[in-house]
Amino acid sequence: MSTQNRSYHRYLPHTDADVARMLEVIGVPSVQALFAELIPPPIQLKRPLDLPPALDEAALLEHLSELAQQNQTVGRTTFLGAGVHPHTIQSAVDMLLMRSELYTAYTPYQPEISQGTLQIVFEYQTMVAELFGLGLANASMYDGSTAAAEAVLMARRLSGRKRALASLGLHPEYRQVVSTYLHGLDAELESVPLTADGRTDLAALAERLGNDVGSVVVQVPNFFGVIEDVRAVAQAAHAAGALAIAVVAEPLALGLLAPPGALGADIAVGEGIGLAIPPSLGGPGLGLFAARDQPDFRKALPGRLVGETVDKQGRRGYVLTLATREQHIRRERATSNICTNTGLVATAFTIHMSMLGRRGFRELAHLCYAKGQYARDAVCALPGFEPRFSGPSFAEFAVRVPGGDADRVARRALERGVLAGVACGRWEAAYKDTLLINPSEAHRKADLDRLAVTLAEVAR
Amino acid sequence: MSKEYPDDLKYTKEHEWARIDGNRATIGITAFAVEQLGDITQVELPKEGEKMRAGEPFGTVESVKAVSDLFAPLTGTVVKVNDPLSDSPEYVNDDCYDEGWMVQIELSNPAEVQALLSAEQYAEFLKEQEQA
Amino acid sequence: MSSRPIETSGPLHHDPPIFELGAPGRSGASLPALDVPARDPRLALPAHLVRAQDPGLPEVSEVEATRHYTRLSRFNYGIDIGLYPLGSCTMKYNPKINERAARLPGFAALHPATPESHLQGALALMYALERALCEITGLTRATLQPAAGAHGELAGLMMIRAWHRERGRRPHKVLIPDSAHGTNPASSTLNGFTTLALPTGPRGTLEVDAVRAACAAARDDVAGIMITNPSTLGLFEEKIDEIAAVVHAAGGLVYMDGANLNALLGRFRPGDHGVDCLHINLHKTFTTPHGGGGPGAGPVAVGKVLEPFLPVPLIERTQSGYRLDSDRPHTIGRVRAFLGNFGMHVRAYTYLRDMGAAGLARASELAVLNANYIRAQLTPVYGLPFDRPCMHEVVLSDRKLERETGVKTLDVAKRLMDYGFHPPTIYFPLPQVLGGAGALMIEPTETETPETLDQFCAAMSAIWREAHETPELVKGAPHETPLARLDETRAARKPKLRWTPGKE
Repeated sequence: MSTQNRSYHRYLPHTDADVARMLEVIGVPSVQALFAELIPPPIQLKRPLDLPPALDEAALLEHLSELAQQNQTVGRTTFLGAGVHPHTIQSAVDMLLMRSELYTAYTPYQPEISQGTLQIVFEYQTMVAELFGLGLANASMYDGSTAAAEAVLMARRLSGRKRALASLGLHPEYRQVVSTYLHGLDAELESVPLTADGRTDLAALAERLGNDVGSVVVQVPNFFGVIEDVRAVAQAAHAAGALAIAVVAEPLALGLLAPPGALGADIAVGEGIGLAIPPSLGGPGLGLFAARDQPDFRKALPGRLVGETVDKQGRRGYVLTLATREQHIRRERATSNICTNTGLVATAFTIHMSMLGRRGFRELAHLCYAKGQYARDAVCALPGFEPRFSGPSFAEFAVRVPGGDADRVARRALERGVLAGVACGRWEAAYKDTLLINPSEAHRKADLDRLAVTLAEVAR
Repeated sequence: MSKEYPDDLKYTKEHEWARIDGNRATIGITAFAVEQLGDITQVELPKEGEKMRAGEPFGTVESVKAVSDLFAPLTGTVVKVNDPLSDSPEYVNDDCYDEGWMVQIELSNPAEVQALLSAEQYAEFLKEQEQA
Repeated sequence: MSSRPIETSGPLHHDPPIFELGAPGRSGASLPALDVPARDPRLALPAHLVRAQDPGLPEVSEVEATRHYTRLSRFNYGIDIGLYPLGSCTMKYNPKINERAARLPGFAALHPATPESHLQGALALMYALERALCEITGLTRATLQPAAGAHGELAGLMMIRAWHRERGRRPHKVLIPDSAHGTNPASSTLNGFTTLALPTGPRGTLEVDAVRAACAAARDDVAGIMITNPSTLGLFEEKIDEIAAVVHAAGGLVYMDGANLNALLGRFRPGDHGVDCLHINLHKTFTTPHGGGGPGAGPVAVGKVLEPFLPVPLIERTQSGYRLDSDRPHTIGRVRAFLGNFGMHVRAYTYLRDMGAAGLARASELAVLNANYIRAQLTPVYGLPFDRPCMHEVVLSDRKLERETGVKTLDVAKRLMDYGFHPPTIYFPLPQVLGGAGALMIEPTETETPETLDQFCAAMSAIWREAHETPELVKGAPHETPLARLDETRAARKPKLRWTPGKE
């Protein structure tokens, strides 16, 4: 039902009498007259905007529900990952996010009435630093892909070197985003191929390294699910005087894998959405960003930072700090142009990680590892299926499908109600035969068995 | 607290001071600059051996919400840097003419000293600025 | 682990970092049982790749975590508590139906790798949002991919740069008014551009002659202009057509920062007046919540000339439904993985359908009315740097107050908290523009009642009196908040950026 025949709207409180009184205080006869003083009438729009009609609450919810129902969503027969790795988020997380003191607050520029946001970010920075095994973490970036781009730019500033290398194990969309950012500065992202086991080819990396390379980017587990040896990549980078950047698109893996900081990564970034909120078509995301804690890194870091301090009475409190790096102060010389980040998703991440805690995080990682290995064994035992790469995986894994058309296999599985995985040909023709399958704790053994049965049927 | 603008120093309109000692000059910022900046949180200085040119930026000072360039009063090569400032920038606030000095340079062109202001001239300059 | 000291302080005003709560071995996780064989990663991986020590995460029950974060939320101020008049931030009411809409399972549980055929509802919504934003701005196409306003600026400037390259040019200069938001110059640098500052004219707006002079000074090197309209001073750039013509004649394009679009809905379409490219902050004009710093969304709308350069993928409507088009040879590429902040697109679309064309136009009118109502009441007290009607926000100067009492903008802002209001914006490039004076940028938005504005003006007037009678009271503010003024110098001199175990 259209609401356009009404003269009031629920979000607009002014009565006619209010407007009349306010006009009198301002000293203009009408709203039209006020606008005439502001925007020259010849350039004012002379017609109503051509927009769909307004809807009342019930009609609007009905309309939105209809749109929502036209989408196929994540469930126990969905095995999609490829950069967004959904996990069960406990109900308490969203209930707390609905506290409007949290979600209707702005950036905490006034610390005396923003201690909630500030302390949460301080806790968040601590958790991210702990996960990555690095000393320093910022208050978040937009998502994993832009965090990766910012990491490459940070390495350029620190090293003064223009070339950047990225393993072909880096998510293809991340590679595209980093390339787009580098184009702005007349630079290219150069690729390093993978070996047959699916890991970054260290010999090829050594060939490409030189004293003009600022950074080497490696994803772990990589886009194809293979666990990279970050230490070997970092050692090669360091030997050439470059920085090593680790990208972790599935941070749950860090419940089981050595943290990139401990393996020599100088900067580590990631995508935290799966441990914070539902996938929401991949956005908003949560750009995790951590780096070694040393003075030059602190100065080159993009994004906001919260630090601990005291108030006038000596009580512990938190403030935004080291802000002279940022655009609102340093303008064209800022370390980044980022302003709005993903604070509320960082809040969800912090709450969820608190509830998982030390034990829960480790146990969940081991659960997903076990499910991933079980599913990988089951699928690769099917006739014609084989691991796309021989290297070890965490939960997600890549298989080569019989017949070589992964998209066809995925479409036929979907006809049977199973979103079996992501067909990688959408990014690169070379991976047309590759299906990326992402089991998680949400899948029971029966679901994994059904996946295998379905794939066996549709590949026939 | 030392005199606001000591007589034995030379000054610039960018609020730096220089203490000339033979072919060397020690450089810092004036009490006026310190007052304008407020609590200094970080000082970024060149390294020993680097050159600086009169009138050009050689470093920055930061407060919580501002970054300001430091302009070289004289041309020369940095021979000494007040390293403790990197950990304790508050020395600049506490004692800008002594413990809060910034760099010492070997002068390339001692004649430039003639162009700097005396304490009296600098105080006069500040008065004019305030009235403007 | 430390336990909270026993004290009679009334409602709690602090809670220790979560790492200081709980007990070793405690967990608030709810995990399924393992129903497949356990696997030992040490059998598959070399020892150095296996985590040797758990990350230092909290060890609390769900109850403890819930209580901790509920308490922390109470130390915050949000729009649902009261007026939040941050200038250029458009802190209007965040409709609750938006939150419900974004949480519909068909939207929230949607994976970005879902085949297009099974995403039709989401694509329809995004396409409708794109069309609405184009109609509102007078431009032809839009990308919803950028995750925030600054991200939109980056994408917009990349398109402008690509447009020049396509024509065999490589200009370097971007003209930016001195009152612009810091993201404008920062985004320019990320495109290898240098910035030329345009001075604010005597009436608070840009002068065509200043733009002409800057173009002449830059010769053939003008990539474009970034103009904020209305400006951060709350004034409409009424010479927009002439300014655009000058920039176009100099070979550049016109980028508009749409941060203040809330003042223009249904009354002025930038695309009709020479603007080639504009970003829209969905978290300002279109009511998606700020979330304590994000997430936002910064769609970029463009005119015909820039369409070929839009980021991929774009959503196209075909006879058989919606599809994602990545086959665009002139595209700048992707600026973000996946399709942007879809959760924000749902909220903004919900708001658009809640308001309709008439509702949006009315919102702009009332936003401007509210700002002028505050201006009329506070000008006699504080004084205005540019004494003329304003658009969506009014900028007050503290010059008179500081001369008379020594009380500064920051003190006024802190004292406002004692009166129950969030302070206006106080840090911005404006002090330079206003000749060193502090500025209070007040943007009430249309969702505030006149009664609330009356209370706010009364508080501002009371603070004026206090500044004259008991200045120390104002300089020592706030007095009624959980914490007193915080030592920001200490935080910056001796940064402590994460929690560490052990007593300090």
